Amino acid sequence: MTLLVSAISLVFGTLVGFLGAGAKLSRFRALRLVADIYTTVIRGIPELIIILLLYFGGTVTLTALAGHYVEVNGFGAGVFALSIVFGAYATEIFRGAVLAIPRGQTEAARALGMRRAAVFWTILLPQLWRFALPGIGNLWLVLLKDSALISVVGLEELLRKTAITAGATRQPFTFYFAAAMIYLLFTIVSSTVLHWAERRAARGLQSA
Amino acid sequence: MLNFGLMWESVPDLLGGLAVTLELTVLSLIFGMVLALPLAALRTARSPVCWMPAYAYITFFRGTPLLVQIFLIYYGSGQFDWIRTTPLWPVLREAYWCAILAFSMNTAAYTAEILRGAIQAVPRGEIEAGLALGMSRWLAFRLISLPRAFRLALPAYGNEIILVIKSSSLASTITLLDITGVARTLVAHTYAPYEVFLVAGALYLVLVLATTRVLALVEHWLKVDAVATPTPGDVAQAAG
Repeated sequence: MTLLVSAISLVFGTLVGFLGAGAKLSRFRALRLVADIYTTVIRGIPELIIILLLYFGGTVTLTALAGHYVEVNGFGAGVFALSIVFGAYATEIFRGAVLAIPRGQTEAARALGMRRAAVFWTILLPQLWRFALPGIGNLWLVLLKDSALISVVGLEELLRKTAITAGATRQPFTFYFAAAMIYLLFTIVSSTVLHWAERRAARGLQSA
Repeated sequence: MLNFGLMWESVPDLLGGLAVTLELTVLSLIFGMVLALPLAALRTARSPVCWMPAYAYITFFRGTPLLVQIFLIYYGSGQFDWIRTTPLWPVLREAYWCAILAFSMNTAAYTAEILRGAIQAVPRGEIEAGLALGMSRWLAFRLISLPRAFRLALPAYGNEIILVIKSSSLASTITLLDITGVARTLVAHTYAPYEVFLVAGALYLVLVLATTRVLALVEHWLKVDAVATPTPGDVAQAAG
């Protein structure tokens, strides 16, 4: 469940990050302003507050809309919260990655008569990956750990299950320690894979 | 629609929570720094007996969720009867000190890595110049490496301060009444989640933005030479 929540949030968060970076780099001031407010606000508020707001707030909204009591499920609220948090940080990373690609390359491609879409797909996107990977990798590790926060709204992921078992067996230290080890395993495996992916993305380059 | 009267009424209570949030943050940062200095020294040592334990400590605290660490200390310490007989028990019994202990140990791990990176980033030539002038290794470390390292570490450490402010909200999960704790209690009474959590979120936002401004001023003030502004990559590294 922990991995599922994290993986889904990664996909949506990356999507949001792309849109956010697009908005920040766009020619329209209104779009830039909206994206600026989004990243500043989300990055300045604790993840826990965002999760609680969406969970309890979502329940109130849906109840008002439906006319009877509806409870938002922790899964939906959790994924939504983690996605918008991930998206806010990813926006900055993608923005930085786009800016790291020399402008001359885009201009050269335009001068050769390539259309904007073609420039994006064949020049920007392949290189974006390389510049954004270290940052996105770090965010993934943060996301894995943040997913533990969803246990607060009752979703039975790794930590919630641990809390239940710890309470039932009266051996809290043993079980929380075991949970810590499982998270540690996830993060160590992830960073090993990321290290390999970064090397692969940087192949053919001197010192990256 | 939002009930603005209620939002206004919740402000005094939440400001009470702000005091607890600030206390938790400041105390954890101080204890964390005290712990991080020897940790960074051990981490950079050559002997495996020194760096291996430091490395294990840092990997554990950076690789597991803070919430798990809090629960491990708060609930976990009750499992062993012998802990109850030690002088530590009055500390471990209190949610307040458990939270501070967890935050301090957690931020110490991140801070130690930041310090290590900074110490290693001090240009070798500057240290060699000091040695050539007849300084002892210790004097060169104290007068050249350390001050330079603190300046180099500042942007990354600033990010860590922001992260500690935000993660102090986890204290609410072990009954503490910080901003988040107060907000959760208010929501349970009024059942007005939007109003209360939005005000709470705004408080954190103000706190974080104010801290960012102060940090920018300090960084500017301590700018001894042309240090490049951090790139998004640096910021992301620090966030990880």
